Amino acid sequence: MSHAVTTRTLGGVRIKLMRGGAPPGGGAPLLFLHGAGGASAWLPFMDRLAQRHDLWVPEHPGFGDSDTPPWLKRVEDLAYYYLDVLGELDLTGVHLVGHSLGGWTAAALAIKDCSRLASLTLISAAGVHVHGVQRLDNFMGNPEQTLRGLIHDQRIADQLLAMDVPPEERDRQLKNRFTTARLVWQPRSYDPYLPPWLHRIRVPAHVVWGEHDRLFPLRIGEEYQRLIPGARLTVLPGCGHLPPIEQPEPCAAAVLQFLDGVEGRA
Amino acid sequence: MKFFNFHLMPYADMDVSLIREHGSAWVTFPNRHYDPKVGAALYNRYLDELEYADRLGFDGVCVNEHHQTAYGLMPVPGVMAGALARSVKRARIAVLGRALPLVSNPLSIAEEFAMLDNICHGRVIAGFVRGIGAEYHSTGVNPAESLARFQEAHDLIIRAWSEPGPFEFDGEYYHYRYVNLWPRPYQAPHPPVWVPSQGSAETIAWAARHRYTYCQTLGAIKTVAGFFNKYREEADKAGYAASWDQCAWSTTIYVAETDEQALREAGPHAEAIQNEFLRMPFEMLLPPGYTSLESFRHIQPDMIGKPQTVRSLNDAGVIIIGSPSTVRERLAEYQELAGFNTALVKTQFGTLPADMTRANMDAIAREVLPYFQDARA
Repeated sequence: MSHAVTTRTLGGVRIKLMRGGAPPGGGAPLLFLHGAGGASAWLPFMDRLAQRHDLWVPEHPGFGDSDTPPWLKRVEDLAYYYLDVLGELDLTGVHLVGHSLGGWTAAALAIKDCSRLASLTLISAAGVHVHGVQRLDNFMGNPEQTLRGLIHDQRIADQLLAMDVPPEERDRQLKNRFTTARLVWQPRSYDPYLPPWLHRIRVPAHVVWGEHDRLFPLRIGEEYQRLIPGARLTVLPGCGHLPPIEQPEPCAAAVLQFLDGVEGRA
Repeated sequence: MKFFNFHLMPYADMDVSLIREHGSAWVTFPNRHYDPKVGAALYNRYLDELEYADRLGFDGVCVNEHHQTAYGLMPVPGVMAGALARSVKRARIAVLGRALPLVSNPLSIAEEFAMLDNICHGRVIAGFVRGIGAEYHSTGVNPAESLARFQEAHDLIIRAWSEPGPFEFDGEYYHYRYVNLWPRPYQAPHPPVWVPSQGSAETIAWAARHRYTYCQTLGAIKTVAGFFNKYREEADKAGYAASWDQCAWSTTIYVAETDEQALREAGPHAEAIQNEFLRMPFEMLLPPGYTSLESFRHIQPDMIGKPQTVRSLNDAGVIIIGSPSTVRERLAEYQELAGFNTALVKTQFGTLPADMTRANMDAIAREVLPYFQDARA
């Protein structure tokens, strides 16, 4: 699928926006909120989503090539930001899909206002804590250790580690890491005030999780499913914390199948 | 020159190969390696050593703060300073320093220093630090907020010490309806503030603007000279000329009869602190946000923690090890080169045992202190 990369000011912040797929008016809008690793590149996973939807992939304020506004201190700030952006673009019937940090942002947005949403999909989302569940500390390891902890199939980790990373991409990764730490350091990757309000999500919801996620183990996905009324859970066997990268095809298929159901195409 | 005996109070009586096997003595080094019987003996030995420094004629004694580590056993340095406040009769008592951003109630630090200052009739020096990066892993405080919390906590503490209370304080991180310190500090308007740092440009400029004594930790003397010159430049910019009294150099001194003997005796203990107790992974030392993104881009992982020998440390002027005349000559040379009037001297370091520490303290008091203490105030 072809896609366009633009830089534009949305919600008062100059951000990078990737957009591709069905022409405007063709498919329903799908807003994808990326995880802590950012959205430097258009991924095969996005290509698959764009086959059926008008896909919007903004790079969050504070990440990659987007500017860092002074107000950005909490995930809550990102949630309010995207509510503003949805209003500014006057998008309605939006399928909101978030991965990891972006999943937390999507959930925090949806508890405030679902009026522009048609559905909510959380992939390996941060944001909820389950007492006693052991999690990886992704700020203590070196880059290789961290990646190996996030990917279940180490052959895929080997491939990713063998890729040449240009200096400007390293710079983006460093910026992403700094912004992520600012947003999630304490409490580590969750908001204790989020779970009591997940019942406010009144659109069809889908929770997609890697069976072997070590950063946010499956038990957290089950908790999201329990707390969001009517939510469905799809577990991806043999997958770690990065389904869009480790299992792009099964992950996209799971997302699209659910959206088909929401749109009455199932 | 003034001499302060700086004690890190390491967990010295241990097999340091345990640290090597684990990878670091910090944050995750299992506390099953801590034996309370050994620790109790060490605490009392170290307090004895600082009391002895007072009797030997050192101008001050120093303790500091680190958390969850065998590198130093003083997570609450005020406990040690409190133990010393009545037994150290003459010397100044410096806490270098308390880590302001790591607490949720910085007024407790203002209270602690004020109590100490009263008990010892105004001999307290208040050190303010941010804590090292590892401490943002061990306390959970967000490293991205470190600098802003430090500055706000500092403003609060200085106001609590020097302004009539009660008053209201409304910062970004700290909020009080009533600030009204009981007791007020003994020294007026407040104890001298010293600022230890590894050489961050922001910290040097900040200390110079406030006319606080800048303490350089761990550095080769040529680098240290650069930092002290930077401090003096910043003071010039702020419209005053900084004196050498505003610069303090933290080092290690070990004196024996000959250079070779001193290097041989001190070697394994100096190498233990450098190569074992200080060892930590890059990600532990520098969590994202502890430095600015800009500063971080200039730091490369291979700049951290290269193994050193006692000779390489000695040759670079990180430490001063040698015969009495060698130590005197080098200290005089370094003082002229870098421009400082306080030496913060570790007389115990790494695994150095009690008898060798005592002998070293005696030698420094006999062979070094008298040659410097009267010079340049």
